[in-house]
Amino acid sequence: MHRVFHPSSNIIARVTIFGGLIIIAGICWVVYAVGTSSYVTEVAVPRSQPVPFSHQHHVSGLGLDCRYCHTTVETSAFAGIPPTATCMNCHSQIWTDSPMLQPVRDSYRTGVPLVWNRVNNLPQFAYFNHSIHINKGVGCSTCHGRVDRMPLTWEEQPMEMQWCLECHRNPNKVLRPRDQVFNMEWQAPTDQVTKGAELANSYHIRDTHYLTSCSTCHR
Amino acid sequence: MNQPHQLSGSTNGCEGETHKTKKTFWRTLEELAGSESQTNLVKRLEQHAVMIENALDRRDFIKLMSASLALAGITGCSVQQPTEHIVPYVRQPEEIVLGKPLFYATAMPMAGYAMGLLVESHEGRPTKIEGNPAHPASLGATDLFSQASVIGLYDPDRSQTTMYLGEIRSWGVFLEEFLKDISKQRASQGAGLRILTGSVTSPTLADQIKGILTAFPKAKWHQYEPAGRDTAREGTKQAFGDYVDPIYHFENADVVLSLDSDFLCAGPGSVRYSRDFMNKRRPDVSNPNMSRLYVAECTPTNTGAKADHRFPMRAAQVEGFARAVAYKLGINLPGSGATPYTDHSDAIAALARDLQAHRGSSVVIAGDYQPPIVHVIAHMMNESLGNIGKTVRFIDPVEANPTNQLESLRQLVNDMNAGTVELLVILGGNPVFTAPIDLDFPSALSKVQTRVHHSLYYDETSALCHWHVAAAHYLESWSDARAFDGTVSIIQPLIAPLYSGKTEHEMMAALSNNPDQTSYDLVRKYWQQRHGTGGSTGGSSQTSTTPGQASSPPSNTTGVAPALPNPPDGFDQWWRKSLRDGVVANTTAAERAVAIRNSQQAGTASNIPPLNPGEFEIVFRPDPSIFDGRFANNAWLQEIPKPFTKITWDNTALISPATAQRFAIEIDPARRGGEHGNMVSDVIELNYQGRTLHMPVWILPGHPDDSITVHFGYGRIRGGDTGSFKGFNTYLLRTSFAPWFDVGLKIRKLDETYELASTQAHHSMENRDLVRAATLGEFKQNPKFAKSEADDPSKSKWLFPNWSYPGYAWGMAIDINTCIGCNACVVACQAENNIPVVGKIEVMHGREMHWIRIDRYYSGDEHNPETHFQPVPCMHCEDAPCELVCPVEATTHSSEGINEMTYNRCVGTRYCSNNCPYKVRRFNFFRYADYDTPVVKLQKNPDVTVRSRGVMEKCTYCVQRINEAKITAEEQDRTVRDGEITPACAQACPTRAIVFGNINDPNSNVTKLKAEPRNYGMLADLNTRPRTTYLAEVRNPNPEIKTE
Amino acid sequence: MARTDEVETVENKEAKDALAQPPVIGPGYDFVSITDKIASIVQRGTPVGWYLGFAIPFILTMMLLFAIGYLFAVGIGAWGVDIPVAWGFAIANFVWWIGIGHAGTLISAILLLLHQKWRTSINRFAEAMTLFAVACAGLFPLLHMGRPWFFYWLLPYPNTMELWPQFRSPLVWDVFAVLTYFTVSLVFWYIGLIPDLATLRDRAKSKWAWRAYGFLSLGWRGSADHWHHYETAYLILAGLATPLVISVHTVVSFDFSVAIVPGWHSTIFPPYFVAGAIYSGFAMVLTLAIPIRKAFGLQDFITMRHLDNSAKILLATGLMVTYSYLSEAFFSWYSGNIFEAYVELNRIRGPYWKMYWILVICDVIAPQVFWFKRARNNIWTLFIISILVNVGMWTERYVIVVTSLHRDYMPSAWGMYSGSVWDYATIIGSIGLFLALMFLFVRLLPTISIAEMRTLVPGSKGSEAK
Repeated sequence: MHRVFHPSSNIIARVTIFGGLIIIAGICWVVYAVGTSSYVTEVAVPRSQPVPFSHQHHVSGLGLDCRYCHTTVETSAFAGIPPTATCMNCHSQIWTDSPMLQPVRDSYRTGVPLVWNRVNNLPQFAYFNHSIHINKGVGCSTCHGRVDRMPLTWEEQPMEMQWCLECHRNPNKVLRPRDQVFNMEWQAPTDQVTKGAELANSYHIRDTHYLTSCSTCHR
Repeated sequence: MNQPHQLSGSTNGCEGETHKTKKTFWRTLEELAGSESQTNLVKRLEQHAVMIENALDRRDFIKLMSASLALAGITGCSVQQPTEHIVPYVRQPEEIVLGKPLFYATAMPMAGYAMGLLVESHEGRPTKIEGNPAHPASLGATDLFSQASVIGLYDPDRSQTTMYLGEIRSWGVFLEEFLKDISKQRASQGAGLRILTGSVTSPTLADQIKGILTAFPKAKWHQYEPAGRDTAREGTKQAFGDYVDPIYHFENADVVLSLDSDFLCAGPGSVRYSRDFMNKRRPDVSNPNMSRLYVAECTPTNTGAKADHRFPMRAAQVEGFARAVAYKLGINLPGSGATPYTDHSDAIAALARDLQAHRGSSVVIAGDYQPPIVHVIAHMMNESLGNIGKTVRFIDPVEANPTNQLESLRQLVNDMNAGTVELLVILGGNPVFTAPIDLDFPSALSKVQTRVHHSLYYDETSALCHWHVAAAHYLESWSDARAFDGTVSIIQPLIAPLYSGKTEHEMMAALSNNPDQTSYDLVRKYWQQRHGTGGSTGGSSQTSTTPGQASSPPSNTTGVAPALPNPPDGFDQWWRKSLRDGVVANTTAAERAVAIRNSQQAGTASNIPPLNPGEFEIVFRPDPSIFDGRFANNAWLQEIPKPFTKITWDNTALISPATAQRFAIEIDPARRGGEHGNMVSDVIELNYQGRTLHMPVWILPGHPDDSITVHFGYGRIRGGDTGSFKGFNTYLLRTSFAPWFDVGLKIRKLDETYELASTQAHHSMENRDLVRAATLGEFKQNPKFAKSEADDPSKSKWLFPNWSYPGYAWGMAIDINTCIGCNACVVACQAENNIPVVGKIEVMHGREMHWIRIDRYYSGDEHNPETHFQPVPCMHCEDAPCELVCPVEATTHSSEGINEMTYNRCVGTRYCSNNCPYKVRRFNFFRYADYDTPVVKLQKNPDVTVRSRGVMEKCTYCVQRINEAKITAEEQDRTVRDGEITPACAQACPTRAIVFGNINDPNSNVTKLKAEPRNYGMLADLNTRPRTTYLAEVRNPNPEIKTE
Repeated sequence: MARTDEVETVENKEAKDALAQPPVIGPGYDFVSITDKIASIVQRGTPVGWYLGFAIPFILTMMLLFAIGYLFAVGIGAWGVDIPVAWGFAIANFVWWIGIGHAGTLISAILLLLHQKWRTSINRFAEAMTLFAVACAGLFPLLHMGRPWFFYWLLPYPNTMELWPQFRSPLVWDVFAVLTYFTVSLVFWYIGLIPDLATLRDRAKSKWAWRAYGFLSLGWRGSADHWHHYETAYLILAGLATPLVISVHTVVSFDFSVAIVPGWHSTIFPPYFVAGAIYSGFAMVLTLAIPIRKAFGLQDFITMRHLDNSAKILLATGLMVTYSYLSEAFFSWYSGNIFEAYVELNRIRGPYWKMYWILVICDVIAPQVFWFKRARNNIWTLFIISILVNVGMWTERYVIVVTSLHRDYMPSAWGMYSGSVWDYATIIGSIGLFLALMFLFVRLLPTISIAEMRTLVPGSKGSEAK
């Protein structure tokens, strides 16, 4: 009896089988790549804002301290977004007629708040607290990056759970002296391992089990 | 949490300019939306889950389908996060630290009397009510009503504008018309003007009304509370010749006799009283002593449940009982004895001896629902026992103008029928619904030319009035009120009126022709006067209106002690301090010397005719959860299982098991829900004085035979979406002649049934030692009676070495001896943890969501059983069965021994609930949380996740409070102090039955309690090693009385 | 094990008098006629009866899809589940279907290894049955989740949460057990099909059927080393599948026995469940075999001998299950544990007593008639009792799930459960889905293994094999 398929179909069969495997692997890789791409995580993508506020200018340029605007970062879960009044402290004196600042002046005049686009955003079920991290010697730049070099602010880290756990499992590697917390230039010293351990001791940082209990972040 | 009270008087946070709350920081977009569209109100709290399940037509279905598919899509593949927005203040109020709540002291007026509160406010949104430790009526605890009042504030069904005959009018238009009417009255000296209020203790309001009554000499002021305290009032008057208020000092009482008085759970002082009373009932090895409580009562009450001896009897027999006791005490009584009481004669003798043995350290207290004569007898007993001045003190009435309210209302109705009433101003209340049926208030009302109703809801009364003015909630109002002991609190608003409501002060200001005064000005001005000589003088010369002629009260109605001395550091300081503390210093009423009038004239027996065979006694009581109906639209209270019946969303006729047998009345579990949710009850016809009402019944062990109790407050028609058409309106049987009980009720079993949503219909403990109890005698012999082998840690059945918990180890101890089953903890938990309401149908399916429930068991004979209350939250087992069966580690164990529930990881297999022996886990079978009603979101606690559909949830020991306290402590480089963390349930508990803390700290309160011999772990023999343990119950029966 | 004893008795009997026993294949068949007979079922035009028969399961399947759609739209609350009975129909259905899924592999693998020739004519559709049953079973764990769209969290895969499933949870074991079982059964079934697919290819009339079967038969030419490889592969797979027959239901039983719920927490569950599984599996085999052999005139291939043996196995496993019921009752009393004791009494006398007694009648009493040869050889008794057993086994699962949960430790939390209309729609729908698949199977593939049947023809190699 004559055959159904031409012998070449054997090749085709093999190719499709192995090709299939390769394609599956490929799909996995694509999913992973897209998932971690800055398109999805929006890491390092500058956000447009109603007023093109430049941290670079205000921090490295004018040398403002983080806490001048983010007043509650040491005391509250929320670092605090400056009310319009804070902007106007200076901008009622300088750049008083700059068109860029029109929204700020309007807001101040009309009492209608500015609406900023959120840059660093955690899901509702993750309860991050700034004050405790600051108090335990975790610096701003550790999570927010060199904000002093951001003309328009972007998100430095993907802020996924695995990223949080990195430190919660081994905080020592990011700890710095409390007086260095707001220092943008701070670099981990070469002996960070020992330094970090010392700091962890003196700041009474709890063990990993404590830091990685679900209720530490989720309620 | 012992947050510092904010010094609030000073800040614009509270000087009435709370409009700042409009521009505030929101954690989420939804909340932002919520804040903006406060006026766009459509939906009710009671859940749409019900709607989804029942009324799902094809369209909705398709919508839902696509929605859910879309959802699946979103969750399936990770797309970009939607941009969120941050909306900062323009000018940030200085005291606001974003992310940290503020606490303001204020007070809730309940039937006139103040309950001192601390209110938690997140960025200007009041979210949680706590008791004010500095307030005598609260001592830091609350009752369920004040706990639940916070959603009353956000109730979307609240009236939102001024209305004229159901049409929207502006406040201005109303004033125009109103002032015209008033000027008409001015001519006739107010002959046609009547003001109807509830009981008034507010000095400012009283002062305003007084002003009006002087301006309109012929005008009259009537007061009516449906659950009023006339009998107590008249009792004192008959006994002492004048209205006075008794204050009881249970902290000094070793023997207490309650004559149908539910002093633990009802009445203005109950929260305080229950604390004082229970402080004498915490036996331990060092001091194994307890006070003794005798209760003679009709309807089982929480007080009766805690009694060492309970004598169930018809309400009408209580007088006879009282007389019998008095006779044994050798008191010669006025009035011909009512039907003499013959039962329990030797018990009564023993009781009398017990009282005699405790002269000066005993209390006899009569219930508000007993006739005056019973109060007279109680007072006489207290006098002859030398209790007056020791355990019972008397003060001038706290009410501004005490009066016989029924008579007052009756007279108003007569005037209205006579057509002499031209302008009637009703401040609060809902008389059309609540007035005694025989007065036929509605038809009388219709004869009044102009009727103005000022209330929170557009209710039954509003519908029959020309004008309706939306009232401001007390959390939106400036006002003042007095506590049961006379202490004054100034009520400050937490938020600007959401719905442009007006306070009663503003109404009265309008009536006295200066409508532009804000209530802030009014209250403040009044207290300024009180400091100057301008203040009125001497509350002591309390002249009260005699029954029958409620009328313009003479010179003084402010009812508070004399003009206050000028504060040393100026009025402003005083004002701020008063606001900050929540109590006005030195305003507690002074004790007043009283003497029983010549006992011959003292009162006459209320000769209630004896019960004809075949007839029943009908007993009226306010509903335990929605009171007189004013809380009908409060979904939290509607869904609270009532202390004994555990029924939600309904009221029933309570009958004794014997009566049920006589009429072959049955209650059967339904096929779905069953004992935990859905009971099918027979319906009976109540026939009383020619009026009939059909009602389902509940067979209540311990209810006296031949007597039937009905609760009033249900059956609202205009009670809002949640409150309307729920339950049965028993006001339709309630007459002005027998407001509390009467004979002559006939009942008939109909062949109808009615489905009730009862969360625990199972009475018996099935011989399982869940609640462990003993008598004081047994306790003294064997203090460790409650211990089982499993409670001995050395006998641990655990194969491996015990897991060690360095640092903190959180634990809880619940003293079931002092739990009075008042439900305050349940509502507190609901408020703190964003627990949704599911509605009657879902409760019937056994799906209510309360994280802490109060189990009610009976033991002994069903005609007079012992009742046991046992609050059951999550036990936080150290070897938690739930944890090892969760396939995704959504429920895990923290390093401090908390059994954590991570909602966002839960996939909803419900395996954990199956494997939980305590069945404390709750599941979101539908999307119970209300995502659709903007205003409701304002109440949500931002520190707790709002759970979505399909996830499990349960008690977390209020982990958000624990974290808060730990972070604060860490930042101050110290450890958390004992008492720094208080879960919502423990904080609300009036008797401090729930104690939480660090069991690694040997000195913590909870460790001490767990060290007590009474301490045991429920079902500990399963080796779950629960962190929540119980202190066993100890009763103190009189050895001379053998229990039959 | 008891099962093999049973089989051995069959053997001995056979040895004694072959005449007494009806043969495993009707007389007068040769290779060609067998092939014609079986292949023609697939190849002749679709009979109208088939369409009529297929219509009903198809409609039921649509109903299932609708019920699932509604469930996903509104949430699990659409079902009757509540607190305390948080598991209801869904889990009962799951265990039931998985159980039914056992007969296939048992027949194909274990009986193959035991050289039971009579298995040959029923193994094919028994395996198909297995696949479809497991497919139906697989639905329910998914459906009963509160958030089914997160089902993949039960699988171990690298993720940004750095979280793994909790391997202590029996539900995770289930995932692996069921998936493995399904895969192996599928492969086993497919390998077995290859020669027949080739036959169908060669006999194919339409070009498309020719290509399709050609593609599926992987170029099978029936050469000697084809056969050699085939036999080895088949045996190896049989070896692989055998432990699975035991493991799957053992793991499923852990869902219950690992929990502390009285009525679940019992060490007898694994053997009890496996026996029950084979019991229901064979019942379903009978339920299907009897109509099929009638409909397609296969009486000569599926002979009374097959039905008789199946009935004996039903009897045997039925007795094992009965033993489990008795020992459960005994230990609930003997343990002195009040909770266990209460649950047992509550099953017998409580609100769900009807369910319990249905289960006793169907699973314990009914199969006893198989002690009698008359009953074993009466088509109708066989058919009715097989259905009774199926019903009984579902009831058993319902009783285990519901009566244990509805009154466990705390009387205050006792409640009742009853399935909602959506529960019923789902179980009936799943039966529809199962039957629909069966209908497609008998239409498109040889219901009986042609190749293996050939070996039974007198004179063929297989027929002498002992």
